[in-house]
Amino acid sequence: MNGVGFAKGMWVTLRHFMQTYVDDLRYGFRKYSHQVDNFETRQGVEADGAFTVQYPDEKLAMPERFRFVPFLVVEDYDHEDRPGKDWCTSCGICAKVCPPQCIWIVRSNDPETGRPVPEPEAFFIDIDICMNCGFCAEFCPFDAIKMDHDYELASYDRTTNHIFDKEKLSKEFRYWKTIAPTRAVEEAEARGGWEHKDAQKEARRGGSSRTTERDKKAETDRDAKREAVRARREAAAAAKAASEAAPAPVAEAVAEPPKSDEGVKPWNEDEEKQRQRREAALRRKAARAAKREQSDE
Amino acid sequence: MVDMTAPQINTLKGGTVEDALENLKKRFPSAVSTDARDGYEGVVVSAENLTEVARYIKYDLGFDFLSSVTAVDYLNEGVHSNDHLEMVYHAYRTSGGPALVFKSQTDREEARMPSLTSVWRGADLQEREAWDLMGVRFEGHPNLQRILLWEGFHGHPLRKDWHEAYYEEDSKPFGSRWPGGHVHRAEEKNIFGKNVTYPADIDLSRLNDVSEARMYDSFGLGVDVSHVSDHDGIQTDRLVVNMGPHHPSTHGVFRMVMELDGETVTKLEPVMGYLHRNHEKIGERNTFLHNIPFTDRLDYISSMGNNHGYVMAVEQLLARGAKWSPPTYRTEVLRVLMVELTRIVNHLWAIGFWLNDLGAFFTPVLYFIQERERILDFFEAVAGSRMMCNYMRFGGVFGDLPERLRSVANLINDRVRDYDTMAFLTEMINERIPRTIDELEEYLSANEIIQARAKGVGYLSAEDAIDYSASGPVLRGSGVAYDVRRADPYSIYPELDFDVAVQYEGDMYARYMVRVLEMHESVRILKQILPRLEYTKGESVTENNAQYSSKVPIGEAYGRVENGKGELGFYVVSAGDKRASANPWRYHVRAPSFINLTPLGKMSEGGKVADVVAILGSIDIVLGETDR
Repeated sequence: MNGVGFAKGMWVTLRHFMQTYVDDLRYGFRKYSHQVDNFETRQGVEADGAFTVQYPDEKLAMPERFRFVPFLVVEDYDHEDRPGKDWCTSCGICAKVCPPQCIWIVRSNDPETGRPVPEPEAFFIDIDICMNCGFCAEFCPFDAIKMDHDYELASYDRTTNHIFDKEKLSKEFRYWKTIAPTRAVEEAEARGGWEHKDAQKEARRGGSSRTTERDKKAETDRDAKREAVRARREAAAAAKAASEAAPAPVAEAVAEPPKSDEGVKPWNEDEEKQRQRREAALRRKAARAAKREQSDE
Repeated sequence: MVDMTAPQINTLKGGTVEDALENLKKRFPSAVSTDARDGYEGVVVSAENLTEVARYIKYDLGFDFLSSVTAVDYLNEGVHSNDHLEMVYHAYRTSGGPALVFKSQTDREEARMPSLTSVWRGADLQEREAWDLMGVRFEGHPNLQRILLWEGFHGHPLRKDWHEAYYEEDSKPFGSRWPGGHVHRAEEKNIFGKNVTYPADIDLSRLNDVSEARMYDSFGLGVDVSHVSDHDGIQTDRLVVNMGPHHPSTHGVFRMVMELDGETVTKLEPVMGYLHRNHEKIGERNTFLHNIPFTDRLDYISSMGNNHGYVMAVEQLLARGAKWSPPTYRTEVLRVLMVELTRIVNHLWAIGFWLNDLGAFFTPVLYFIQERERILDFFEAVAGSRMMCNYMRFGGVFGDLPERLRSVANLINDRVRDYDTMAFLTEMINERIPRTIDELEEYLSANEIIQARAKGVGYLSAEDAIDYSASGPVLRGSGVAYDVRRADPYSIYPELDFDVAVQYEGDMYARYMVRVLEMHESVRILKQILPRLEYTKGESVTENNAQYSSKVPIGEAYGRVENGKGELGFYVVSAGDKRASANPWRYHVRAPSFINLTPLGKMSEGGKVADVVAILGSIDIVLGETDR
C-alpha cells in the first residue's frame, strides 16, 4: 500500500490525455479538418489518442455486408427492356424465412386466368418489427431483396410511417451495385449475367439481340410444342363435350388407349425421343425410390 | 476430498457416464429406467425417488455440478403419445466429461415434483423458473414464487396450450403473410389490453397496491423499530432497502431487496423479470433457423458465442438425419476466431463496468471500448452487424472473411475505411489487443484502491460455487478449474493450446484476475488461429449450410459452450412430426447470467451496501440473458 500502483495507473491516464495533443501536433492540427482527407489516418491502425467520429458532422460509410432494413431491387428506370420492373417474383421465401414475420406480400394474379403472375401486387415491411437479420436477402433466389445501408430512419410518428410499402421499398438495381460492388459482382456471376434470372431466360428465348442459333432452335421447338398442347386441349374439350352429349360409354372411353393421331399425342415427337423421355423418367423414379430407402434406414 | 479408505466409491466416481448409468440402474432397479425414446439419452427416474437418486448421483457418482434444470410439456406432440410434464436435469462432474441426463415425469394436471434444492442449491432459481413458466409445483422448495412474471399473471406461458395475447398461429411461418399478405399491426386488432386475462383468485385492486406484501413477508416492512441490534452498545435499526430496478449500477433493470443492519447487508434477494419477453416461447413458435438471430439478443455483448451454442445444439440433432454433412474445418476455425474475439470483447466490457461500479467512472471503460470498437468493426464487415451478428448457420457460417474490410461511400455517409482483412486481423491479434490488455494490467492490477475494495470481498468458496451451479469466471475465481472448452471439448478446442484461467481466492479480485488471464489465453488461441486461417483459405464455409426450410430430426440435444459470462447451454427438443420437424418443440436457454445470480445473496451477506454493487458487477450479468 505505498501508492506505486496508483501512480502507475495515473501515468496511463496522463499518457492517454497527452496522446491526443501529440497526435494533433503530428498531423499539424489538421486532424479534424474538413478540407483534408485524413480520416483514414485518424482511424488507422497507427493512430493514437482520441479516435472518435464526430457524428453527425461526419458519418461513417458502411461496410458492404452491413445490413439494415431491407429494400426491393427493381430494374434501373432507364433500362432498355423493362424499366422499373420488380425483381421480386413474389415466391414468398423471404416472408417464410423472416424470423419476426415482418414481411407481407400480396401475390398478383392474372386478371383473366386467375393464375399467379411472378410479381408482387403489394409488398410491405413493418420496419418496427424488422430485426435486421438479413435472412430475406440471404435466402432470396432472385437477388430481389437486399439489406440497405441507410440507417437513419427515425420519424415522429410510428403509426403511419413505419410500414414501408412497395413504392417506399423499391430501389434501382444500380443502387445495390453502388453500395455493395463486390457482392453485386459475385451475385451476377452466380446468376450468369448482370440481368435478372427471368430476363436472362427471356433473352435466351429470343427476345433480345444476344439470341444464339441454339436458342432460336429451342424456341421453334417450344413453339411447336405449344401448338401441340393447344391442339390437344382443343381435342380434349371436344371429346369432353362429346362424352357429355353421350354420357353412357365413359368407362370404355377411359379404358381405351388414346389414339396416336396429332391431336391426342402429348408431344409431336418421334418414337425415339418418346422412348428416351420415358427411360429418363423411370431412372429418376428409381433414384427417388433408392434415396427414400436410404433415408428410411 | 476422495476417501481413500473406500475404493469402491472411487471407481463409482471415476468411470464413464455409461458406467455411472449402469451403477445407477443397479442401485435403483425399480425407480430408474433407460430413456428409450428415439433420439433421447439418459434415464427416467420416478418422481417419488427423485431426491434419493439425485443424492446418489451427486455424492456417490460424483456428478457434483448441476448445470441445467428445465421442464418440457409433452402435450399432443405426436411421437410420445401420453401427455405429461417432464423435468430434465443435466449434471456434470467438475473433473470433466459429458453429462449425466436424468428426467422425471409428472401428470400435467397434478404437476408436482420434489424439489432438488436440498441436494443442489443451484436448482433454486431454475426450479422457480420452471414453476413460473411451466407450472411445476416443487415440494420442499424454500421460496416457490414466480420469478420472471408477476403474481397476477394468468397461467404458465410455456405450457403448450397457453396462447399469448397476440397469438396468431402455433408456428411460423404464419399463413397470413403470403400470398395474401394484407398488412396490419397486431395492436390494431387487440386494442389497449382487452385481450389480457387475470387468474380467478387475483384481486385486481392489487394493481394499485405497491406494497408487495408477499415479497416483504420474509423481510419485515421498512424500518423495524422494535428490532434493535446491539453492536458494542450501539443501537441500530433494521432497514429494508430496495435497489433497482431503475438503478444505474444494476446494469439494466435488475432489482435487489436488501435487509440492512446499519451499513451491513444481512439478507439479499434478487428480483428480476423486468426485461422478460419469454424468449423460449418465441423460440418454440419460430422455426429452428429463425432462432439464430434471436439468440443474438440474449447476451447482446457476446452474440457470436450465443450463435455458437445454439447451432451446436441443433447440429447434434441434424447429425442424426440422412442429409447432413458436418461443418468444414475452416468453418470451425472461423467460429473459434469469432468466439474468442467475442470473449475478449465481453471481458473488456465486464471489467470496465465493474470498475464503474467501484467508482472509476468511465475512464478505464473508454480505453477498453476503443479496442472493442475495432473488433466490432471487424464483425460488422464480416457478419454485417456490430452486435447482432447472426453469423453462424447450421453446418456453416454466413460467409467467409471478405478480402478487404472496406466501406463504401454514399451520399450521406462518406467516411471510408479500407483495410486488408488478414493484415487487419494480424495486427489486431499480435499488436493491438495484447497492448490493450497489458495496459489494462499496468493501469489497474496493482492499483491500491482496487485491491482494497476487491480483495476479500464477495467471497464464494469452491464448494459453494459448485453447489450453486455458478459457472464461468465466478466458478474459476473460486478455484475450480472448470472450463467447458477443456472439460467437455467442442469444435477445434482439443487441438488448441491454452490453459484454463483459475484463481483461488474466491473474491472479486480473483474474478477480475480470471478475466484478465482469460483474455491472455484468448490471444494465445487467436495466434494459433491465424495460421489456420491462412492454410484453409479457399475452403468453403457455406456449402453445408442447411436450407431455409430444412427439417430437424426428432430427438433432444443439449449444446453448451463456454461463453464469456459462463456456461451457456441450449436444450432443444425436436418433436411433433414422425420423423422431423421444422419448429423446435422445446427451446430452453441455460443462461449463465441468470444462474450465476443464485449465489448473489450468499456473496453479499455480511458485506457493505457499496460492495453489493461491485459484487453484482463482478458476476457480470446482462439482463437480456437474465430475464430472457
